[in-house]
Amino acid sequence: MQLDQLYQEIILDHYKRPHGRGLRDADDPADRVAEAHHVNPTCGDEVTVRVATDGTVLHDISYDGMGCSISQASASVLHELLRGRGVGEAFAVHEAFVELMSGRGQVTPDEDVLGDGVAFAGVARYPARVKCALLPWMAFKDATARAGVGVSPEVKA
Amino acid sequence: MSSLTIPAGMPQFDDVPRFDVAAVRADFPILDREVNGHRLVYLDSANTSHKPRQVLDVLAEHYAMHNANVSRSVHTLGTEATEAYEGARAKIARFVNAPSVDEVVFVKNSTEAINVVAYAFSNASLGADGDPRFRLGPGDEIVISEMEHHSNIVPWQLLAERTGATLRWIPVTDAGRLDESGLDDLVTERTKIVSLVHMSNILGTVNATARITARVREVGALLLLDCSQSVPHLPIDVVDLDADFIVFTGHKMCGPTGIGVLWGRGELLAAMPPVFGGGSMIETVTMARSTFAAPPARFEAGTPPIAEAVALGAAVDYLTGLDMRAVQWHEKELTAYALDALATVPGLRIFGPTVPVGRGGTISFALGDIHPHDVGQVLDSLGVQVRVGHHCAKPVCTRFGVPAMTRASFYLYTTTGEIDALVGGLEQVRKVFD
Repeated sequence: MQLDQLYQEIILDHYKRPHGRGLRDADDPADRVAEAHHVNPTCGDEVTVRVATDGTVLHDISYDGMGCSISQASASVLHELLRGRGVGEAFAVHEAFVELMSGRGQVTPDEDVLGDGVAFAGVARYPARVKCALLPWMAFKDATARAGVGVSPEVKA
Repeated sequence: MSSLTIPAGMPQFDDVPRFDVAAVRADFPILDREVNGHRLVYLDSANTSHKPRQVLDVLAEHYAMHNANVSRSVHTLGTEATEAYEGARAKIARFVNAPSVDEVVFVKNSTEAINVVAYAFSNASLGADGDPRFRLGPGDEIVISEMEHHSNIVPWQLLAERTGATLRWIPVTDAGRLDESGLDDLVTERTKIVSLVHMSNILGTVNATARITARVREVGALLLLDCSQSVPHLPIDVVDLDADFIVFTGHKMCGPTGIGVLWGRGELLAAMPPVFGGGSMIETVTMARSTFAAPPARFEAGTPPIAEAVALGAAVDYLTGLDMRAVQWHEKELTAYALDALATVPGLRIFGPTVPVGRGGTISFALGDIHPHDVGQVLDSLGVQVRVGHHCAKPVCTRFGVPAMTRASFYLYTTTGEIDALVGGLEQVRKVFD
């Protein structure tokens, strides 16, 4: 069934049992902490992503939000993929995810880079849902910029 | 079971005109198509309705055979186009029982109609010679409700910002009806206009307006009713409604997109300054100044959506042919059926009236904690088209404490079988997400 491509088990798992959900303070008081709240105006989905970083490593990525399975699972995957990573690495993954979501189903994802994020390949075939998947990633990008760490190249969603 | 004898002369259910739904469906080509390998089940008519062949044919015929600009040509085609355009206006006037055909202003949609009224207030407030009924300033008040579509909120917020007037609103009860308990404090001598939805696009509530109208008259304010969701579904009589303005849109009533109607009392339209300036809306133009045509032309600057207006006339013919009382009754039966059917779905919560009284065939609901986007996506995979999201009525979502709702809405071509398909689809949704 076509629907299985969209609602992969991995996505439903992340939705039902989200990883690292809830906004947290930084463990290290020296960390810079910043957050961004993004809303999808067409559906009302909301997510807040908060990063704690020393400028080189993303020590924590915490989040909270309400929305559909796709947007909330995407936040969980983002947390799992990028938490503890170097800033440069994290932006490379961010770029790969945005490329996957903008590819209208024509991009073959690299599991080594995207991990559970590959499950979102099917979402790219549903233009109405691409914004759901990207919502936490765009909030993450804003949050890192506010934390004063490098900005990834401009993305078009 | 007890039996009841209906006294002679009393109206009975049998007196209500009926139509054959299968025959009606045969008029709508799109209803034959498949979606994702399933027969289309279209439950999104509150968003936009489908168009019968009778309307599509008129639209094509107009462009194919009668295409010319209106109100400015002496040639044959121009005369035909003008007669068709003005003929459509007359049909629409009859459809809502407007006392004069000149009270029907063609606009793009309901949103534009409301904005025209709001900007007429704005323009009248600029100069000293504006009609006092349309003059707004600090201390004056505009009253809407918490149940409005964004199109009946934002234009008034902007008008309040421009003029310094205050925007107030009538709250909504837990049952999804207007809370009129504070009406006398909300609508006062300070109120200049009350603008309310007649039938809610999200809760399905059909507002009983008589008490509000009485209060509006008492304080000398004006009353606008947003009839976008009622004109397509109920017999509407502007004399009976006793409003000052009503607005509605063609595409929700079997007509094309791009055409809507502002109906206003003749003397009020005549007192309103123009909003859009341009061709067709003038009396005379010099380089120094212009004077303006009488309504409705005053509010129809530029080449209007001619073919769309003509096709809306055909839509009105189609609806009149079915009899709006029959349409209303068909949807009442569907609504009663759907409310019962949805009540059998575990975890389903209906927003708005749960009885088929004082409501139309638009039902919004939540299915447990499952997000409406996910509900809509699974239903779509089964061919069932519903709307999900905030339905351009975010304050209603906030009122009921949810970010979004799933909405099924019915029309004259909807069948009980399609409601069964919805209920079956919701079972599938629960399987995926529970």
